Amino acid sequence: MSTVPSELPAAVSDAEGAAASSRQPWLTPRVRGLLLAIAFPLALVVLWHYLVVISGTRLVPTPYQVGVMMWDFIFGGVHDDAFSATIGTHLLASMQRVYGGFALAIVIGVPLGLLIGKVPLMRQMLDPTLSLLRPIPVTAWLPLSMIFFGLGPRSAVFLVFLGAFYPILLNTIFGVRSVDVRLFEAAAMLGCDGSRMFRQIVLPAAMPSIFNGLRLAHGFAWILIVVGEMTGVPTGLGSVIMDGRTLSRTDLVITGMIVIGVAGFITDRMILALNNRVLRWSPQHHG
Amino acid sequence: MADPAAKPRRQFLTVRDVTKKFRIGANTVDALARVNLTISKGEFVCLIGASGCGKSTLLRIIAGFDQPTDGQVSLYEQPVSGPGSNRGMVFQDYALFPWMNVRENISFGPRQKGMTKQQVAKITDEYLHMVGLEKFADRFPHQLSGGMKQRVAIARVLANECELLLMDEPFGALDAITRESLQQELLEIWARTGVTIIFVTHSVEEAVLLADRVVVMTAGPGRIETDITIDLARPREVSAIDFNQVRRDITQRLTSHVVRRDLTTVV
Repeated sequence: MSTVPSELPAAVSDAEGAAASSRQPWLTPRVRGLLLAIAFPLALVVLWHYLVVISGTRLVPTPYQVGVMMWDFIFGGVHDDAFSATIGTHLLASMQRVYGGFALAIVIGVPLGLLIGKVPLMRQMLDPTLSLLRPIPVTAWLPLSMIFFGLGPRSAVFLVFLGAFYPILLNTIFGVRSVDVRLFEAAAMLGCDGSRMFRQIVLPAAMPSIFNGLRLAHGFAWILIVVGEMTGVPTGLGSVIMDGRTLSRTDLVITGMIVIGVAGFITDRMILALNNRVLRWSPQHHG
Repeated sequence: MADPAAKPRRQFLTVRDVTKKFRIGANTVDALARVNLTISKGEFVCLIGASGCGKSTLLRIIAGFDQPTDGQVSLYEQPVSGPGSNRGMVFQDYALFPWMNVRENISFGPRQKGMTKQQVAKITDEYLHMVGLEKFADRFPHQLSGGMKQRVAIARVLANECELLLMDEPFGALDAITRESLQQELLEIWARTGVTIIFVTHSVEEAVLLADRVVVMTAGPGRIETDITIDLARPREVSAIDFNQVRRDITQRLTSHVVRRDLTTVV
């Protein structure tokens, strides 16, 4: 009994070995990956520039014009109009609505998903209704949402919530349903039951799937903010894009799009970092 | 336990007239037909039989994971109605909690009982030491070999003070060398803790090596064919003459039945 187990741990990361063998003499894999990731969008920007110049269109600005607009949006001092140096106001307003709706979807979607996934009674009662409501496009809720919540930020939060709710709910249900039944049996025989079972077994076991849902839902949340801010709110990146459209300021439209893309990208990286930390027990779920 | 002679000895585990029928579509399959079995405290019993003889079903009913269609399982004359911490199952594919490290897996049972942190830590250390995994306490299951995972699974139920260890082909997925060392470790744990063990296997050699009693089950529907007491002295030697006689005897009982069944299927 005192002998130390002689078998080697089965799972040893081979990432380092693979990295070492493919190492270039002058480029580390990390730098190489970064360059590759930058090369493609850079090529797209160059293509965009020449397409605008060659076609001579006045409807689409060049990347440079968008860059100037971005500078003005962030720092001001170029156009000195209603949009100069207002990025903070608009970004903050949109972030509040996106994260508000997103957080609401998590708070309602995850517990509901755990219940529907684990309790047959809940599934029988709620699943048909939810499946019926799910195919309705979130944008179709816009008129009703304006009646319920008025013309304002609450309507936007509601739409973001609706869009983020289903990916979270469905992935949570799927996560619970795909847990090995024996884990529940093992927990039960070790004296775990009731609400403790939800906290200690159901939730952590469904976590990989829940994180999938969170990443999907977060993407939908940013998509829907533009729709949500079409409901007549004066601030927010969605309203900036809508104003830009009305004023035929395509440089403003594209600037708003880029800010949304970057903000969404950064938040996604943060969710991914959290994912890798929470799921450090399961390397195959790392992004 | 001051004076065991003074009290009438209570039965440890009794399986009385247990039957189990499964519904598969429109058909009913008889998995178990009237199984009777009595096991005393501290016994090491192996259930052996071909696939489909209901040995795993019987084990799951004793664990309380499945309910018998008819009949009753009692522990200390109390009927078993569901999973309980006095019975601990060790599954073939471990069923460790993958998000908990080795220490957290082993301490899971004690943590459910509302013990103090110090008590939980003391019990966990004790069983980590018993299965020789102190150095691997902070590893996650995916970082362990099969043999190490099964050691954790055994420690997890023992730390929960289980009196009856139910093992469903626990070493079936392991390589021969690891299996041998785990068999020896299990015998040592059994001798040291006095835990009662019901061990499902389809290896005759494993059954004869480990068990006080070998219960041979046959399929169609599942029932107990014979119940053989193994009188061989411990430690047992797989290559000894008397060991091989017992092994041959049990193998014959198993295979003769399989052949008979094949003939009836052909007819």
